[in-house]
Amino acid sequence: MKSKSLPLVAAIVAAALSATAPAAFAQAKEQFIPVLSYRTGAYAPNGVPFANGYVDYLKYVNAKGGLNGVRIIYEECDTSYQTDKGVECYERLKGKHGGASLVEPLSTGITFALTDKAPGDKIPIITTGYGRSDSADGNVFKWNFPLLGTYWSAADILVNYIGKKEGGLAKLKGKKLTLVYADHPYGKEPIPYLQEASKMHGFELQLLPVALPGIEQKSTWLQIRQSRPDYLFLWGWGVMNSTSLKEAVATGFPRDKMYGVWWSGAEPDVKDVGDGAKGYNALTLQHGAEPNAKITKDILATIHGKGQGTGPKEEVGSVLYTRGLLASMLATEGIKRAQERFGKGKVMTGEQVRWGLENLALDQKKIDALGFTGVMRPTSTSCADHRGDAWARIHTWDGTKWNFTSDWLQPDDSVIKPMVKASADKYAAEKKLTRRTPEDCQSAGGS
Amino acid sequence: MLYRENGQFKTGYAEDQQIFPIRQDRIVILVLVAVAFLAVPLLANEYLLRAILIPFLILSLAALGLNVLVGYCGQISLGTGAFMAVGAYAAYNLQVRIDGTPLLVSLLFGGFCATVAGVVFGIPSLRIKGLYLAVATLAAQFFFDWAFLRIKWFTNYAASGSVAVADLSAFGLPVVTPVQKYLFCLSIVALCALLVKNLVRGHVGREWMAIRDMDVAAAVIGIRPVYAKLSAFAVSSFIVGIAGAMWGFVYLGSWEPSAFSIDRSFQLLFMVIIGGLGSIMGSFFGAAFIVVLPIVLDRLLPALGAGVGLHVDTATVSHVVLMIYGSLIVFFLIVEPHGLARLWSMGKEKLRLWPFPH
Repeated sequence: MKSKSLPLVAAIVAAALSATAPAAFAQAKEQFIPVLSYRTGAYAPNGVPFANGYVDYLKYVNAKGGLNGVRIIYEECDTSYQTDKGVECYERLKGKHGGASLVEPLSTGITFALTDKAPGDKIPIITTGYGRSDSADGNVFKWNFPLLGTYWSAADILVNYIGKKEGGLAKLKGKKLTLVYADHPYGKEPIPYLQEASKMHGFELQLLPVALPGIEQKSTWLQIRQSRPDYLFLWGWGVMNSTSLKEAVATGFPRDKMYGVWWSGAEPDVKDVGDGAKGYNALTLQHGAEPNAKITKDILATIHGKGQGTGPKEEVGSVLYTRGLLASMLATEGIKRAQERFGKGKVMTGEQVRWGLENLALDQKKIDALGFTGVMRPTSTSCADHRGDAWARIHTWDGTKWNFTSDWLQPDDSVIKPMVKASADKYAAEKKLTRRTPEDCQSAGGS
Repeated sequence: MLYRENGQFKTGYAEDQQIFPIRQDRIVILVLVAVAFLAVPLLANEYLLRAILIPFLILSLAALGLNVLVGYCGQISLGTGAFMAVGAYAAYNLQVRIDGTPLLVSLLFGGFCATVAGVVFGIPSLRIKGLYLAVATLAAQFFFDWAFLRIKWFTNYAASGSVAVADLSAFGLPVVTPVQKYLFCLSIVALCALLVKNLVRGHVGREWMAIRDMDVAAAVIGIRPVYAKLSAFAVSSFIVGIAGAMWGFVYLGSWEPSAFSIDRSFQLLFMVIIGGLGSIMGSFFGAAFIVVLPIVLDRLLPALGAGVGLHVDTATVSHVVLMIYGSLIVFFLIVEPHGLARLWSMGKEKLRLWPFPH
């Protein structure tokens, strides 16, 4: 037995060594983007379309000639939405192919863990519409980019929206608002804002946590039946969303009084509930389902048309797929922006990409050229503001598809900004960081 | 051939009672420790240190702590994750409330608080046994999960319930780079392993084992079950608490209660069972099996797939890893129900007789 297994062991060890050896043969003109995805685990139904969109867009950029001639290479690593697995993935990928240019953790928990590592590794973290809300403050969170929106802006837009529906924010006084949230950093993010808003506008806030994965919500909905809130915000993820909707049907809570955040408003969340979810609203992160957008058609033609699509053709243009596209586009645009300053057609380092993300300027012309017309609105970031312009719409499920039911909305930054600053200051004090100086903002590399 | 104790004569009790009575064992262990302390930091790259060795060491420590309770004293516990959480949050709170607390003091404080929690939740063990006790310790898991999620004071009123620690240092030396963190973890693990080894071969350990093997008989010969069981809970939770604090401070850097969920408790229990109940070595084997093997498989499969010209996508890899990993657990439990440590000691026995087995 021993002599037989020895060659096998040797082979395995050799293969393991070759797998762990750093890829020292990184060629020139290749920009590496690690892709942290979750195609397995409890959240796979939502994780898969996002990952497919993200990867498809990278393929699309390569098909169009890359980033001014620089080819993108990427590598996927499955995190199963678990923080420790995500950290392992990050460590595994960050040094490959000449170093990761940026990272999209795709989980608030992983974002928290990576936030501490980013400054040391000099890899910017993009969190499109998730992550720490206070990381919008670029003066403290130099390496974090919660692009397009944070949970505080989402909560603010929703509160303002229902205020408008009631006929003015003053009318919210005495109303009851319930937040059903995933008991996870993600779900807890909006709470500080909502508590502040409840003080400001005088509505009553009820907080109902749901333990993830959230397939057991009977007691939560019993409480909702007892308290009969006027509005319900849903901050769920994956199977928790559809379970909430099914429970809402069972308890008879009106679906049109339910508002989900943008992670609670995709097809997998409502498809199983079908007609039962009719009237359910969700906020969109700029885009909704975009089957008619130019970029959707382009991807279908250039990627899926050639049989190179990552997932099934049908999901192209769905909500989460489009979010993957958008996240990928913001990442590549950040790199392109960096190239404008540090040399077109060159491979950018993490620090240079950070500068690019900090100085994003996506105007309508650029958006049109990229094929994202109607999918997103112009946005720009700065040293102080790493979030950029947060635009959102409400879309409503009609039993078969999502339809936009509101105009473009924006958060009231006069409320959020001071909260972001206070929270970022607290983080800085805990971590013994100092705010960045104006000189640091202007310096090119901004080391 | 090489592993033979012929000619090693013991001339005193001290020699006979040392941890490794066989000279070859001593040499191997010394070399191993030297490699771990000197060669690994020089040779290992950042990924190996940060993503594999540090979590492996910390979870070995936690498994070691649990092994004291389950393996040596025979009390099944499903509250390990909770005791780790107590250690981590206690250490965090000390660090936040009293500015400038040394890291080691925080860790010890974490261990101390976990000890208190462990003893309190160990009291039911005086009345209930076996699986019933497992259910009782499950209560600890749920209670602390709840406490750290809901009682805002513990998390210093952090908005999302996630806490983080600033730059670490011990004895004036920074614990920031992967090598420093690795050496820090290694020192603590080595110290704790030495402590446990000496405890289990002394009278305390003998009491635990007597209770494990038959508590009535142990009581008859004069061992106090209260003392033995609670001391096992105390030592176990202390080590688990330190491991928890290190998991939060050194490995994750920022964490939320889900880092110490029920899954962690199960994972550690599996480590102890697969590695070997009642064995120090077994804790390390178990941790290696549970922590390192999935990562190795995860990296190996795409490489192997590429070798035979197959492109394996990420989802398939994760699924196949789970399948192989699961079947390996079953395989080892069938082939060697006493854990990997037993395989190890059997190998040593065979080596001593080689080449003339009888």
